Amino acid sequence: MPYPSDFKYTKEHEWIKADGKIATIGITNYAQGSLGDIVFVELPKPGSELTAGKAFGSVESVKAVSDLYAPASGTVTEVNGELNTAPEKINQDAHSAWLMKITLKDPGELNSLLSAADYEKFVADEGAK
Amino acid sequence: MKHMTRKATRHISQNEGLIFEKSSAGKAAWKLPPLDVPEVDTAALLGASERKDLGNLPEVSEIEIIRHFTRLSTWNYAIDLGMYPLGSCTMKYNPRVNEVVARLDGLANAHPYQPEKISQGAMRIMKSLSDCLLEITGMDAITLQPAAGAHGELTGLLMVRAYHESKGSPRKKILIPDSAHGTNPATAAMVGYAVENLKSNAAGMVDAAALEAQMNEDVAALMLTNPNTLGVFEQEIHRIADVMHAKGGLLYMDGANMNALVGKVRPGDFGVDLMHLNLHKTFSTPHGGGGPGSGPVAIKKILEPFLPTPVVITKSDGTMAFEYDRPHSVGRVRAFYGNFGMFIRALAYILANGPDGLRQTTEDAVLNANYIRKGLEGVYDLPYSTPTMHEVVFSDKLQAKKGVKTMDLAKRLIDYGFHPYTTAFPLIVPGALMIEPTESESKEEMDLFIESMKSIAEEVEEDPQMVLDAPHNTRVSRLDEVAAARKPILRWKPSV
Amino acid sequence: MRYLPKSTADREAMLKSIGVRSIDDLFAPIPAEYRLERDLKVPRQMAESEIVDWFRERSRENGDGHATFLGAGAYYHYRPVIIDSLISRGEFLTAYTPYQAEVSQGTLQSIFEFQTMICELTGMEVANASMYDGSTAAAEAVMMAVRLTGRRSVLIARSVHPEYREVLTTYAHHQGLPLKAIAFAENARLDLNALAQSMTPDTACVLIQSPNFFGTIEDVDAIAEIAHKNGAMLVVSIAEAVSLGIVEPPRQADVIAMEAQSFGVPLGFGGPYCGVIATRDQFVRQMPGRLVGQTNDRNGKRGFVLTLATREQHIRREKATSNICTNQALVALMVNIFMTIYGKVGLRELAKQNLAKTAYAAQQFGKHARVLFPGAARFNEFVVETTEDPYAVNSRILGHKIVGGLPLKKFYPELGNASLWCCTEMTTRTAIDTAAGMVAESERSMKSAKEEVEEVAG
Repeated sequence: MPYPSDFKYTKEHEWIKADGKIATIGITNYAQGSLGDIVFVELPKPGSELTAGKAFGSVESVKAVSDLYAPASGTVTEVNGELNTAPEKINQDAHSAWLMKITLKDPGELNSLLSAADYEKFVADEGAK
Repeated sequence: MKHMTRKATRHISQNEGLIFEKSSAGKAAWKLPPLDVPEVDTAALLGASERKDLGNLPEVSEIEIIRHFTRLSTWNYAIDLGMYPLGSCTMKYNPRVNEVVARLDGLANAHPYQPEKISQGAMRIMKSLSDCLLEITGMDAITLQPAAGAHGELTGLLMVRAYHESKGSPRKKILIPDSAHGTNPATAAMVGYAVENLKSNAAGMVDAAALEAQMNEDVAALMLTNPNTLGVFEQEIHRIADVMHAKGGLLYMDGANMNALVGKVRPGDFGVDLMHLNLHKTFSTPHGGGGPGSGPVAIKKILEPFLPTPVVITKSDGTMAFEYDRPHSVGRVRAFYGNFGMFIRALAYILANGPDGLRQTTEDAVLNANYIRKGLEGVYDLPYSTPTMHEVVFSDKLQAKKGVKTMDLAKRLIDYGFHPYTTAFPLIVPGALMIEPTESESKEEMDLFIESMKSIAEEVEEDPQMVLDAPHNTRVSRLDEVAAARKPILRWKPSV
Repeated sequence: MRYLPKSTADREAMLKSIGVRSIDDLFAPIPAEYRLERDLKVPRQMAESEIVDWFRERSRENGDGHATFLGAGAYYHYRPVIIDSLISRGEFLTAYTPYQAEVSQGTLQSIFEFQTMICELTGMEVANASMYDGSTAAAEAVMMAVRLTGRRSVLIARSVHPEYREVLTTYAHHQGLPLKAIAFAENARLDLNALAQSMTPDTACVLIQSPNFFGTIEDVDAIAEIAHKNGAMLVVSIAEAVSLGIVEPPRQADVIAMEAQSFGVPLGFGGPYCGVIATRDQFVRQMPGRLVGQTNDRNGKRGFVLTLATREQHIRREKATSNICTNQALVALMVNIFMTIYGKVGLRELAKQNLAKTAYAAQQFGKHARVLFPGAARFNEFVVETTEDPYAVNSRILGHKIVGGLPLKKFYPELGNASLWCCTEMTTRTAIDTAAGMVAESERSMKSAKEEVEEVAG
């Protein structure tokens, strides 16, 4: 699956798409693949503050839990309620099953994240290890 | 006959329902003797606190209960049926004399608070067990209070913390090898310590040089399992202990793998400061489907002031008592004295063995594991060539090329009449197959196991789908764990 | 050794196939400086008959055949015989933890039934597959409330079992959680004013026990209101499970931490027992301990599995809800069978008998000594205050092969010569009358001794 070029990526396998000051966040196809069938997603409440690089929630499969790390700093405005009853949507299409939307504190932070091409290379290297 | 009658031909395949599905009003399995005191008016006595309805509890007869649980039991695998090759679980024979002595009236019906005058028998059991365990471990003092291994780890780390506090600072970190059992870091966190990982070296042992670099005055203790979860004895244990002690740290040993050491070497002799034991592993008390266990913690003298209260002492007149006045104790980790029923069983096991039996048991445990290792070498990938003791860890590397993983191999093993080995642990071996036969397995049983594992490896080459779809011969096939976690159904509910 | 299934020939053949000369070669990894060259100094190997004799002696030294009035967190109830018949089956006794569901359906289905019945009895929505015991279940339930509320301090009723409070203190101390004890009132119930005054915005939960350590039933509604109004959770500990047969469960609790020993688990000098945590669905992911869930296999057949394992130590490691691994499965099976035997009607009748015996005993003792804490309903325990030191009274009662109530001085010094007495369906009228008679005698002789002294002094 190609990685959307209008997304930015982190080494912790999150994606973030900015639209001015609003950004949408999710996890990548690679992440959902390594986790396996997702059973539960733990997300912060709207209004919570995120700090870039810090853990803000988690994604669970039957056998593993992965922390989620904020790709950028900001305030949570909306959380994807569908994931409460249908977390499998992430497995089905990780790049459209968004986790939450935030108001960015500093859109400039996204410049230090990976582009689709860089992320693809990063994932290829991970697989080779 | 137009319809099939609903009578099963073999009980093993009966679809025994839930007990609630058999319940109907008026059936009873109980009868109380008549009251020898006046009846009471419950409403008058309890008022608003009176309970009117016990909801959907079942009403069934005695024979239905006997059949229900007997049928359920036939769906279980058990040590009484065959080998459990589970690594670090030490699934050995559970001697039946243990069950008999545990049920003797004066012991089974002893109330923990009964006067010490009529508790001397129980206390003598605790003392005798303690003495034996101290001799086996080479330590100075012991608490029998913890209810299981993890509980013992908690107790041990509480004592570590108390010790360091008495020296001026509790310190901040516990070092834990990446091969450790999950209870180790979970426990450290419960006691308020940060966990720092210690990488294993290429031989699967603690990298003593790395340890030396990571050890400093912020580290309270190293939690070590020895032999480790790969079955490898930490050969540099002397250096490891010295490194810890040089900077005032303590060496904690997780005693889960004592089955490789009893009667051959004593942890107290090789520098361990405190350790827990698993009576439900090394000392034959039954697993019972997941417990009860018992996790005594044996310590060196320096930690004695911090033992949980109470402690069994012998008075000058020779009688025994519980000592509560211990100002530096970490307190209690549970009510009463510990899983006393397990003390009886463990002591009976030790008495049945004696020094020669214990030594022979350990030798057979190590012999058995090495026999299996030899039998499966080349058939499954052996990630570490280091000599192993009572358990061995293979990986699914060879089979993974055909898309077959350790869990699949384990499920296929069920079709051959065995319980699976431990899958996917330790974490440092991707796709691990962790095998510990224990001394309770005969050569015949192990030959059967080796043949089965070889046959499965062949199946992977010739017909991998057969392995991927396993098990085929069980009452239920693979269960949907994903659905169970996504939409948990954790109790029965009456249909509306 | 008779547990070892190998002959010398077997061992030799195995050593040969491994390619070593002797078993010592396999122990070479142990540095020579540590290898034991001597026998362990443990008693010599015993025959089975000797083992039985040895423990029989211990049993005799332990006062078999005594009647007991002890309760205080461990209760003497009748254990129907089929409990041991069933749990002694090797398929239950010697089975491993049910991680491999396909070969553990017996254990898993019985745990599912256990979880269901605990929910029905406690009025909660979900229950786990057991904790070590009531004391650790209470401590873990408090930790749950701390995690869920994000608050740090805990209020705990002084009428909670003293050893439970000690355990909580141990657990809380190293997590830096401040604990505050709340006094009990004249009727032994929690002092509601003291509670209200002690609530702060940092109170994570209130821990009470009901029936409490003195046998008195707490006003759970009122306590829940105070706690919830302040955003704190209510954790209720239940030490005498039989009470649930006749006493309304604390339905307003957020978490219930139970000790199920009364349900078919032998007194056994303090363990193994059976703790359980039950709570509401919304809190399940913060609940420690194993959980069994219903699901289907590939052919749509109903089956059971351990689930929500991501809370547990083997996955979460340092972020686990608890470090618990081995729990009390076989003991929980005893509890399960007991609840099934007595069921909907029997548990109520059993509880009623306990109530009746205790009411009679309290009345008899009350004729000559003082039964404390009137004014609130109690279940099967009550507190008696004697003029004489209760240890002395009990010493004489012991001569009749009866163990008297627990003297409370060491736990509650302010209660003076008080002792805690428990009556169950196993307590006979004869035992009650004998004990009450001896207490009466003690009161009479103390009174006449006092009068004699006054006569002499006056």
